[in-house]
Amino acid sequence: MRRLPRVEVLVMAVVGGVVLIGVPTVTNQFYTFEFAKVAIFVCALLGLNLLTGYSGQISLGNGAFMAVGGYTTAILVHAAGVPYWLTIPLAAIVAGMAGVLIGIPALRLAGVYLALATFALALSIPPVLNHFDTFTHGHQGIVMPPVAAPFGLDLSSEQWLYYLCVGIAILLYAFAWGVVRSRTGRAFMAIRDSETAATASGISLAYYKTLAFGLSAAYAGVAGSLLAIATTYINPDSFGLGLSLSLLVGVVIGGLGMNFGAVVGALLVVWLPYFAEKAGQAGVHIGPLTFAGKPDIFFGAALILIMLFAPNGVAGLMLLGWRRYLSMRSATRMPVQDPIAGR
Amino acid sequence: MALLELTEVVAAYGQITALHGVSLKVDAGGVVALLGANGAGKTTTLRAISGTVQKTGKVMFDGHDISKRAPEQIAKLGIAHVPEGRGTLGQLTVWENLQMGAYIRRDKAGIKADFDRVCGYFAWIPSRRTQVAATLSGGEQQMLAIGRALMMRPRLLLLDEPSLGLAPIVVQEIFRIVRAINEQDKVTILVVEQNANIALQAAGQAYVLEVGRVAVSGNSAELQKDEAVRRSYLGY
Amino acid sequence: MTAFLQQVISGIATGCIYASLALALVLIYRAMDLANFAQGEMATFSTFISYSLIEYWHIDFWPAFVITIVLSFALGIGIQRLVIRPFEGRPVLTLLIVTLGLFTMFNGITGQIWGYVFKTYRGGFPSEPVIFGGLYINVQDIGVLGVVLVMLLLLYLFFSRTKAGLAMRAASLYPDSSRLLGVRVGWMLALGWGLASAVGAVSGMLVAPIIFLDPNMMQSILLFAFAAAVLGGIESPLGAVVGGITIGVLMALVGTYIPGGQDLRLAFGLIVIVAVLLVRPAGLFGRAAVRRV
Repeated sequence: MRRLPRVEVLVMAVVGGVVLIGVPTVTNQFYTFEFAKVAIFVCALLGLNLLTGYSGQISLGNGAFMAVGGYTTAILVHAAGVPYWLTIPLAAIVAGMAGVLIGIPALRLAGVYLALATFALALSIPPVLNHFDTFTHGHQGIVMPPVAAPFGLDLSSEQWLYYLCVGIAILLYAFAWGVVRSRTGRAFMAIRDSETAATASGISLAYYKTLAFGLSAAYAGVAGSLLAIATTYINPDSFGLGLSLSLLVGVVIGGLGMNFGAVVGALLVVWLPYFAEKAGQAGVHIGPLTFAGKPDIFFGAALILIMLFAPNGVAGLMLLGWRRYLSMRSATRMPVQDPIAGR
Repeated sequence: MALLELTEVVAAYGQITALHGVSLKVDAGGVVALLGANGAGKTTTLRAISGTVQKTGKVMFDGHDISKRAPEQIAKLGIAHVPEGRGTLGQLTVWENLQMGAYIRRDKAGIKADFDRVCGYFAWIPSRRTQVAATLSGGEQQMLAIGRALMMRPRLLLLDEPSLGLAPIVVQEIFRIVRAINEQDKVTILVVEQNANIALQAAGQAYVLEVGRVAVSGNSAELQKDEAVRRSYLGY
Repeated sequence: MTAFLQQVISGIATGCIYASLALALVLIYRAMDLANFAQGEMATFSTFISYSLIEYWHIDFWPAFVITIVLSFALGIGIQRLVIRPFEGRPVLTLLIVTLGLFTMFNGITGQIWGYVFKTYRGGFPSEPVIFGGLYINVQDIGVLGVVLVMLLLLYLFFSRTKAGLAMRAASLYPDSSRLLGVRVGWMLALGWGLASAVGAVSGMLVAPIIFLDPNMMQSILLFAFAAAVLGGIESPLGAVVGGITIGVLMALVGTYIPGGQDLRLAFGLIVIVAVLLVRPAGLFGRAAVRRV
């Protein structure tokens, strides 16, 4: 772990903390809710990053695990009156088990086959949810009561949601940070880089790969649960193919193999469509020409351009910039003795 | 005039410089051996010639400056490079491999003649035309690679470690054929080898590389006689 | 029994549609190990071009068909040279995202130019039934089957009998060695994209008369086309056709004979695919991947 200069870290932590805590006080309802959504996506992307970024298993189907989490919460709250906050860890567990179940057959697939199998999973979720409508209420979906701030805190519903989601996201981030630095994390990365070498080193592919699926699904389950709580209404279409693809896009353009990439990715996934909308209406000026049109066009172009200029995701670009800043700074100081770098 | 001439070629793989200014000459019609230990830069030198590594410096072939040309163009000019590991098109058949050798050519009669010639050198080929190349033995793959290179009707043949992984008796056979190709088909040959002994027997000239530079060069017969050179550079 | 056969026939017909797009997917995958998510949208775009040729330029169907194929071919080459080439050497996941970006862009462009109102598309085959041994077979379906088989044959001949086809195979499997043999690998990839785009255009022009023409037309078909390609062995054109027809028939039967089948057709069909992959990972006609240690 390279030693970060203490001043920078302190400044970043303070600024970050102030921003995180202060956001809901200065923004209106809509934006607060959108930031809560970003936090929800951070949870989902952290999980997908563990699976795809760290253990190298492509999944186009994590939306399915979000659905499991979301519906667990919705059904428990709606049918059994369980308090919403209790359903969150339950959703994580149920989704996690689903992840392990999927992870077992997934052991036999890799690369494009795994991608297509998880693609199939994502596709089949809405129809399956529709079909078993005794539990899921099919098309009608399930309505949930809106949440109110607990302990009589003077917060609006959106503000409380924001703090709830951000708080959980921070917890999950810390946990992911821990996983990456643990033996498990190293096993994941070994598997990603060379399954053969990993096996030769005594790492059980079956155990760790399934674990990765389970963890990733649990994270997605939390995200789905929070999504249900936040939007107070879910139906099968809430968890369609588009969601799964957004997750994958988010984790890649954010930065694969970096927990921080999940944060950047979540921001991009939630906000890029709005920018594309604006660009579509106002038009983008290139030289004397103006391109206006459907937002999709700009969104797609943005994806391609981001991949071109930020091959390791936007977080990767930020990391490069940070490193450059560090090396410029150390050029003007006495060289610091580096401890033996261990990852 | 030399058919091939390298002048101060510097080549690198990313940050790692592999050649620190290599200059060598190959005369038309000759067989030149490029020797040296592992990591000396022999393979890189061949890659510098065929255009498949980043480099600075000058490479002249038959009066043309090919320093900045793309590999496909260099192949068209008449240089056939049999790379490290043979570059066998494994999933294609023996016949398809040879066809790909003739990719740059259009003269049907000439292609047919060359195919017959290749079958003359490697008698097993006609009966195994439809065999998948990856299932051939190491020696057969080496022969196929040479045959494929011959189908290009090259002026210059670059061979990268043809003896690698092969039994001595097979190696003898291959070098016999290499000499025959040089004498009968008038193909100039630059052969990279770790097995200095066998290479020097086939070659007229030799260059010995050490850590990306030419350490010793000269007539191969003299190099073989020189004890000091043999001990320090050739390992025997 | 007749009802069963009728379902099978109907299944074969839809299956051919999946097969035709699956062929395009297989071509790109063979060229560069990439699952091209934008294939359906490119096909839709091409189909709309043919629509314009027919409706606004008053060109007859079959000439418009040929012109569109040529234009699509050029489009495919253009996309590879302009959009895909800058990503040479990048990991597959990056390219996947790029194809998703292309998907969105093409969808938007098609919607921008032609709008989202469903259009009727007169195809090249009359939509009338023929009675054959007590079964109703639509002439159009026979036409679709015919076109798909012709495409398969042409592709087979191209890859196995022509110099360009062989060079394409060599270039995608062994790009470095191919360069040393004088093959311009970049242009071989472009050729692959051109062919895939042309095949996709054919697919679109076959399907548009059956379902309405709109920018989102190919999306559901893409999903099944992927499944067909994987089932058949993702590198095998023959597999794509067999896979497509199998899925078409399977879906028709599941929809008819399993209660609640309509809803679950998607899920069921895809479960079958996954099951096949688990048993035979390379698909029906695929080559088992040998892992070199």
